[in-house]
Parts: sequence; structure tokens; C-alpha cells
Amino acid sequence: MNELAATQHTAASLAPHNHIEVRGLDFHYHQQRALNNITLDIPARNVTAIIGPSGCGKSTLLRVFNRIYAMHPGLRASGEVLLDGENILDPRYSLNRLRSKVGMVFQKPVPFPMTIFENIAWGIRHHERPGRAELASRVEQALRDAALWDEVKDKLGGSALGLSGGQQQRLCIARCIALRPQVLLLDEPTSALDPIATGRIEQLIDELKRSYTIVIVTHNMQQAARISDRTAFMYMGELIEMDATEKIFTAPARKQTEDYITGRFG
Amino acid sequence: MPAPAPRRADLDARRDRWFAHSLKAAALLVLAVLLGAALSTLWGGREVLIGHGLDFLASSQWNPVAGRYGALAPVFGTVVTSFVAILLAVPLAFGIALFLTEIAPPWLRRPVSAAIELLAAIPSIIYGMWGLFVFVPFMAEHIEPMLDASLGQLPVIGALFSGPPLGLGVLTAGIVLAVMIVPFIAAVMREVFLAVPTRLKESARALGATPWEVVWHIVLPATRSAVVGGIFLGLGRALGETMAVTFVLGNAYDIHASLLMPGTSISSSIANEFNEAVGNHRSALLALGFLLFVVTFFVLLIARLMLRRLARREGAT
Repeated sequence: MNELAATQHTAASLAPHNHIEVRGLDFHYHQQRALNNITLDIPARNVTAIIGPSGCGKSTLLRVFNRIYAMHPGLRASGEVLLDGENILDPRYSLNRLRSKVGMVFQKPVPFPMTIFENIAWGIRHHERPGRAELASRVEQALRDAALWDEVKDKLGGSALGLSGGQQQRLCIARCIALRPQVLLLDEPTSALDPIATGRIEQLIDELKRSYTIVIVTHNMQQAARISDRTAFMYMGELIEMDATEKIFTAPARKQTEDYITGRFG
Repeated sequence: MPAPAPRRADLDARRDRWFAHSLKAAALLVLAVLLGAALSTLWGGREVLIGHGLDFLASSQWNPVAGRYGALAPVFGTVVTSFVAILLAVPLAFGIALFLTEIAPPWLRRPVSAAIELLAAIPSIIYGMWGLFVFVPFMAEHIEPMLDASLGQLPVIGALFSGPPLGLGVLTAGIVLAVMIVPFIAAVMREVFLAVPTRLKESARALGATPWEVVWHIVLPATRSAVVGGIFLGLGRALGETMAVTFVLGNAYDIHASLLMPGTSISSSIANEFNEAVGNHRSALLALGFLLFVVTFFVLLIARLMLRRLARREGAT
């Protein structure tokens, strides 16, 4: 376990806190409203799952947390998203700083057209100037943390495009955690993978939550039930209900939630 | 009793075979045309190629009256003007393509793209006339005196930029060629940049990368072979371009270090002299044509090798 994770552990035992607090968040896609007055808290070092039918805004919400939406014209968010108490929607909050704290893994694995080593080292070099030996050890650590090291240690100089889908996705996770972020955003990270690769990723998420705050968007309800501590159900751009995962899946407070998780719609 | 109608599956199989054959014929036709053109110029140039031997390649003397034919000056002019053109055109085209795909607001993208396509459709003789009547005087009055007074005074590279401001010359031809090939390269680059998946750019941006880093480290490597292909499409056009170059290059069989001096190129030599060429002179021009094949072939070969080395460095298998 790395140093940072250890300090985060002590912090956790001192005061469990809400890592991300969303207050009155609206999101517009050109003229169309995609998120309507979302307010929710995401606790530190927990897995929070966001579920809901396609088009409900769950991915949109996730994409606000690292402001990745801002690279596309015509998209805007209003309201507050507090990360450790600071509003990341404030234009003065530097994107560079935000993205070193909040990593994101996408639906389809997207290795960069570089060697496996460079895939990890590239992001590190953007934020820091580590020496050669330190860089190598950072890369190794990231690959170990992502449970990929044993499979790739002999071909670090080979192209990342030659890995299997599941390996590529773990490479993308390694690439994120190499920056030592605090929050990991996972946008349907296993939807393009086979059941075995999915199992490995889920196991990995379970290990990573000791060090990271994880927010996962998934359309697979069993997955949400298996791996998350808290679950938010969204529908048509609104947050319908958010609670402990067990509660959501056994005794949801709202009728809509119950209909969705029992498969009556969506 | 009528013969049983052929079954549907048999019909389909026959059509498939015909289709495959006609595709193969189309592909082979390209090879045949290329070989035919190369061999017929080689055959037409045999008298000079054999008669002059290596002297044809090594000599810069071109004197039809004395029967001396050396191809060095045209080959030099062809390679240097094209090199200047590529040097100027590639960064410009890269900037245009990048602006259009990553930075330009959506309403500006379509008109600028359309303008680039129009630029590509202008016939080369128009570029030649514009070059001679507009650009050459401009070069002679403004650019060349300035280059001579500034860059021309520097050690080493000074030799490239010193000389009388004639207007006509290698640099002018290179610039006109650059204007001509920018649209080709920019159009190809734009297409391939657009084809890069958004999720690739997003995941790089999510790691904190700036738009520039994304382009330089992700988009360019991902589209490398297509980008190089576009550059060589432009280079191929520059190497073979005839009319525009003939107008502004000066048509002198000289080899100068200075880019401000006139020169000649393979295609403009042929265009200038083919009318009155007979006998050995004609053979010499055909041999020049064959040399253009050879030069183009080597340039493309070098490009392939460069691509392969780049790919190896990035660990591609």
C-alpha cells in the first residue's frame, strides 16, 4: 500500500466525511435540460453506484464531477459541486488540479497509441517531473494496484493495443490511479467486457475503495448491488432516491425505484 | 422438356466470381498502367541513358546543340522546390486541420472547409499565371531584398538566401507549390483527425492533458500513417507539378546553393522543350521522365521506412 493511501486511511478513521457534495445542480445540453436540481452527497472511500434507465442523466452527472463535459461546446452546468468543500464548477478551479484529483475510466477501454509503459507514464509526466527510476516504480505500482502487473511486466515496451479488452480496461484504471487521485469515476467500466474480465474489475473496485472514493455508473443492477455501498437511482434527469445499497434493493422508499429494480420498466 | 432453371445458389456463386474477377482486373490495371508508363519512358530514353551512362545522372550540362545531356540540374530543382514546398505546407496544413477539428466554432467549420476544397480545384495554370504576374514582382520587390539583407548575412544558412532579387527562382516556385498542395494535405489531415474517437481525446483530457498535448501525443500518433499518406499525396503533386513551376522557376540549367536563383525542374524542362525535340534530345527528355519515376519511387520508399521506424519506436507489432 502506498504512502498516500495510508494517510488517507488515518484521515478516514478520524472523520468520515462527504467527499463530493452536489447542491442544486442543473445541466443543459444546448437548450435541453439533462439534469434537474440534483442534490446528493458522496461519502469518502465508499463505492457509490448511480443507476437508472438509459438517458436518465447518470453519465452526465458523472461527467460533471471532472468537468470533462467542458471540452464540448454548448454544454453547461450550474449549481454547486463541492469537492472537499471547494466548488469545482467555479471557473477559477483549475482543470489541471481537478483532473489530478478526480480520475475517470470510460465505458470502452481506450489505450493510447503508445507502449504499455508510456500509457501510464504519460499522465504522470503531465503533472510531475519524476526521475527515471521513480517513474518506473510509479508505473509498476500503478500496474500492481490495478492487478495487471503480472500479466504485462514482460511486455511493458509493447503496444497497449495488443492487450485483451479486460486488460486494456485495467490499464485505463492503472493510468488513472498512477496520478494518485482521490476520486475515481467509472462510467459503465465493464459494459464492453466478458463476465470473467468483469469479475476481475469488480474485485479490483472492492480493493481500490480502501484508498479511493469511487463513483460508478452502471446499467447492470446486479453489479450495483454487488459492489456498491450506496446507490442513487435517477430517472429523467432527476435524482429519485439515494440510500444504502441494501436498502435501495430490499426496501426502496419510492415506487419508481421499486419498479425499476424489479424490472417493471427501464 | 426445358432444362431445369439454375438454382439461386449457383447463380449467386457465379456472380460473386465475376465480381471478384472484375475487382482484380481493376487493381491490376493500375499496376499495368504504372509499369507501362515507366517502361515506355525507359525505352524512349534508352539512347541517352546508354549513350551518356552515368554522365546523364552526374552532369549538370544540358546543351542540346552540342548534344550534351546531364540531368542533375532538373533533378536538383525538382527535389529542392518540392522540399521547400513541403517544409512550408505541412505546418500550415497541420494548423488548418487542427483549427478546423479542435478549435473552430461549428459555424466556421463548413465555410473554411469548403474554401479549402475550392483551393484544391484551381487549375495549376492559374497558379502559374498568378505566380508570374503577381507573386514574382512581389517577391522581387519586397521579400527577396529583405531575405538577402537579413538571413542572407548569416553564416552557413546565409548562402541559401543571398543573391539578386530576381523574383523568379527556387524559393518562389517552392512557395507557389506550397500554396497548391496545402489544400490536399489539410483536407486529408482534417478527415483523419475527425476520425479519432472522441473517447480517446476525452480519456487523455481526463488525465489533465491540454488540448495541445492531446493533439501531439494522442491524435497525431493515432493517425500517423494517414497523415504521412496525406503529406506524400501533396509531395507527389509537388514533384510532378509542371505549369505553375514552369512559370516561376526561371528555367535555367544551373545548380545554385541560393534559393533565390533560378533553376529548372524535370517536368518544366520537358514542358519547355518537348515541342522542338527530335532524336537524342527527345530521348533525353524521355529519360528525364523516367528519372521522375525513380525520384518519386525513392521518396515514397523513404517515407515507408520512416513510418516503420516510428512504429517500432512506439512498440507496435
